[in-house]
Amino acid sequence: MLSIFFRRLLIAVPVIIIVTTITFFLIRLAPGGPFDADKVVPPEVLKNLNATYNLDAPVLVQYKDYMINLAQGDFGPSFRYPGRSVTEMIFTGLPTTFELAFYAILIAIFIGILSGVTAAVKRNTSLDYIPMTIAMIGICMPTFLLGPILVLIFGIYLEVLPVSGWGSLPGDKILPSITLGAAYAAYIARLSRGGMLETLNQDYIRTARAKGLSEFRVVFNHALRGGLIPVVSFLGPAMAGLIGGSFVVETIFQIPGLGRFYVEAAFNRDYTMILGTTIFFSVLIILFNLLSDLMVLLMNPQARDNT
Amino acid sequence: MKKYYICFLCITVLSCSQQEPLLDTALDNQILHWGNGSEPQSLDPHIATGVPEHHVLIALCEGLTITNPKGGDNLPGVAQAWDISDDGLIYTFFLQPNAKWSNGDDLVAEDFVWSWKRILTASLGSQYPDMLYYLKNAEEYHAGKIQDFSEVGVEAIDAKTLKVTLRAPTPFFTKLLSHYSTWPVHKKTILNFGEIDNRNGEWTRPGNFVCNGPMKLKSWELNKKIIVDKNPMYWDYKQVQLNEIHYYPIVNESTEDRMFRAGQLHVTNVVPLEKCPVYLEQNNPNLRVDPYMGTYFYRTNTTIDSLNNKKVRKALAYAIDRKMIVDNVSKCGQQPAYSFTPPGSAGYEPNTEIPYDPELAKQLLAEAGYENGVNFPVLEILFNTQEGHRKIALAIQQMWQENLNINVELVNQDWKVYLSRERIGDFQISRAGWIGDYVDPNTFLDTLRANRGNNKTGWTNDTYETLMQKANSTNDNALRYDLLGQAEKILIDEMPIIPIYTYVRQYQISSDVKGWHPNFLDHHHPKFVYLERD
Repeated sequence: MLSIFFRRLLIAVPVIIIVTTITFFLIRLAPGGPFDADKVVPPEVLKNLNATYNLDAPVLVQYKDYMINLAQGDFGPSFRYPGRSVTEMIFTGLPTTFELAFYAILIAIFIGILSGVTAAVKRNTSLDYIPMTIAMIGICMPTFLLGPILVLIFGIYLEVLPVSGWGSLPGDKILPSITLGAAYAAYIARLSRGGMLETLNQDYIRTARAKGLSEFRVVFNHALRGGLIPVVSFLGPAMAGLIGGSFVVETIFQIPGLGRFYVEAAFNRDYTMILGTTIFFSVLIILFNLLSDLMVLLMNPQARDNT
Repeated sequence: MKKYYICFLCITVLSCSQQEPLLDTALDNQILHWGNGSEPQSLDPHIATGVPEHHVLIALCEGLTITNPKGGDNLPGVAQAWDISDDGLIYTFFLQPNAKWSNGDDLVAEDFVWSWKRILTASLGSQYPDMLYYLKNAEEYHAGKIQDFSEVGVEAIDAKTLKVTLRAPTPFFTKLLSHYSTWPVHKKTILNFGEIDNRNGEWTRPGNFVCNGPMKLKSWELNKKIIVDKNPMYWDYKQVQLNEIHYYPIVNESTEDRMFRAGQLHVTNVVPLEKCPVYLEQNNPNLRVDPYMGTYFYRTNTTIDSLNNKKVRKALAYAIDRKMIVDNVSKCGQQPAYSFTPPGSAGYEPNTEIPYDPELAKQLLAEAGYENGVNFPVLEILFNTQEGHRKIALAIQQMWQENLNINVELVNQDWKVYLSRERIGDFQISRAGWIGDYVDPNTFLDTLRANRGNNKTGWTNDTYETLMQKANSTNDNALRYDLLGQAEKILIDEMPIIPIYTYVRQYQISSDVKGWHPNFLDHHHPKFVYLERD
């Protein structure tokens, strides 16, 4: 297990370098620079700005300097926000994004597994059809539609929850977490239903039933462990997706998370911020995938033997 | 399983309760909640460039004069009074005797000298040094042609007297002084965090920030909220009634609208495009549509063969039904624009006309060699991606096709791509807008002079240049307006830019907010604003 862990970590290093290199050159190919503004910046001022941020050096020199700084853990200063470093900005938004993703995944797991397992156990009944129909709607409904609908119902008409914010007003974390978690809950519901159906047909489940165990024990003590392996495999990419894809929810609910920084950096051609967040998200995706693979190995001895 | 669903529902419902309206507690505590558009890039008045930055900075720092909230001439700010020499070249400002920085230090005339030296230091990379180019030798110092700052026309006579020498009479000079680029910064604080030209210093952080406005910086959480609270060191402290202002950087207009409806904001930055006509129809009492010193226009690239002919440009301008656009497309109180400078800018009334006359437009196009639009190359309208711009471009496309029989294509681009294409002249017609920096026609007409970066049309005109130079060298305001009026006539006759409509500021405001007067620059000094139950 440990060797797998370290082997995968080693493979991650060249992946990060490739991602950084491609991003570095791609953003410089995009038309428009960080200092293009509605009110034209005078040429002499632009010259000084370029010199301040090392943009007057040849691109290869800029690349070399960036990689050297990166090796020392320095993502550089933000071009958009003078006086703020990219590292500082990432760590400003990260706790909020993590918290949002954590609540969202908790909701997704709770609702998803509950409805998925129920659907599998009560196959071809209304307890199967209704949750699965809702799950399909959840997968199809984009967050930019679900968010405002929830806000209108609970924030504007019922006036029981704040319509925006994060940690400022009581209950302001509920709607964003549900909005972000809903689509993932739907995926998890379908995955857990599929996994459970397959497991419930296994011989060892039939044996358990033949031994006279209650249905509750059959499902929770025996079937659940095998039935949820697809869900666990999905959790790694899901967590990375939640953190990287929270931009829409952060915008709808006015949440100061990392997703907003990432997307706004792209619009503003904030080169260092784009690079910093891309590298950071790449590391997170690799890490979460690795963790989820390791968990699957722990849960499934067969997979462990095959590696 | 049903019990799990019921439990979850119960937990959710129990965790919520009827919210106490935020604005009720805000009213008791005099806390203004303000939707402020995007996140301010910087709170350094010499680095900042945008409207959201201005909304915060006007609370934190103060210049020699402040904008009159009810319009008209500027009011005293840090300067309690000033003398102007007969030739209009020397201004002597007498500072408020009790003017202090928020850390308690005395604010002295030398602070202005050092601050203006800072913004004119080229290596700082400030984008607004030209606001001080009216000072003698300021442009030369910024360009590096002179090295000794004492040659620039600003000097501290004593602790509370500042003498400013201009290179030419500038009757609107005191209006420039309410622009944040001319405001003072605290020398000791800035030098604690770097050199005079360090734009990345951390002096603008809460705890470090020192300035001289009615409020001081309490907290700044990126993308969440900026809080400013009352500054007891402010010279006019007793006049300030608000205890705090909370600025929310809300990019999404619909989110902001929902926050206002849910009672989380007193003032919004904008009204969503699709909501404005609905609110107007409903006579929504919270909707405000105020005049604003800005013009929405189309820029023509006069270096292109087909647009090099002024008859073509006039034909395009005369084929646009502006009234139809403001009534049926923008639909939020905008006014059709028949001049570049908005009417009523400090008493200036441009005497120009742009008729909607499709027949005359056709005739002009024919005179330019394109009878009934034949052989006229496909015309491209460039605009940045936004629904409002697209709708207007669609309407104009249709008008030009119907009235002039020419082919028009629409090209929308990401904001930075659009700016980049405008900068290098890679466009035929491009959407544009210009908001005045101060209330004077000069802030508009100056942009279209030959050597100005914001001209972007490639258009030059010797008579226009001469008139602008003359206007900028006289101390007689009536004569100056006459000269500017003549320049404006040339502009509208040559039509390098095609005015479409005059902007309005549309936003929502709670009836509890008092002292919030509509004014051309949308400046709202916090010392005049307070909260009171309507």
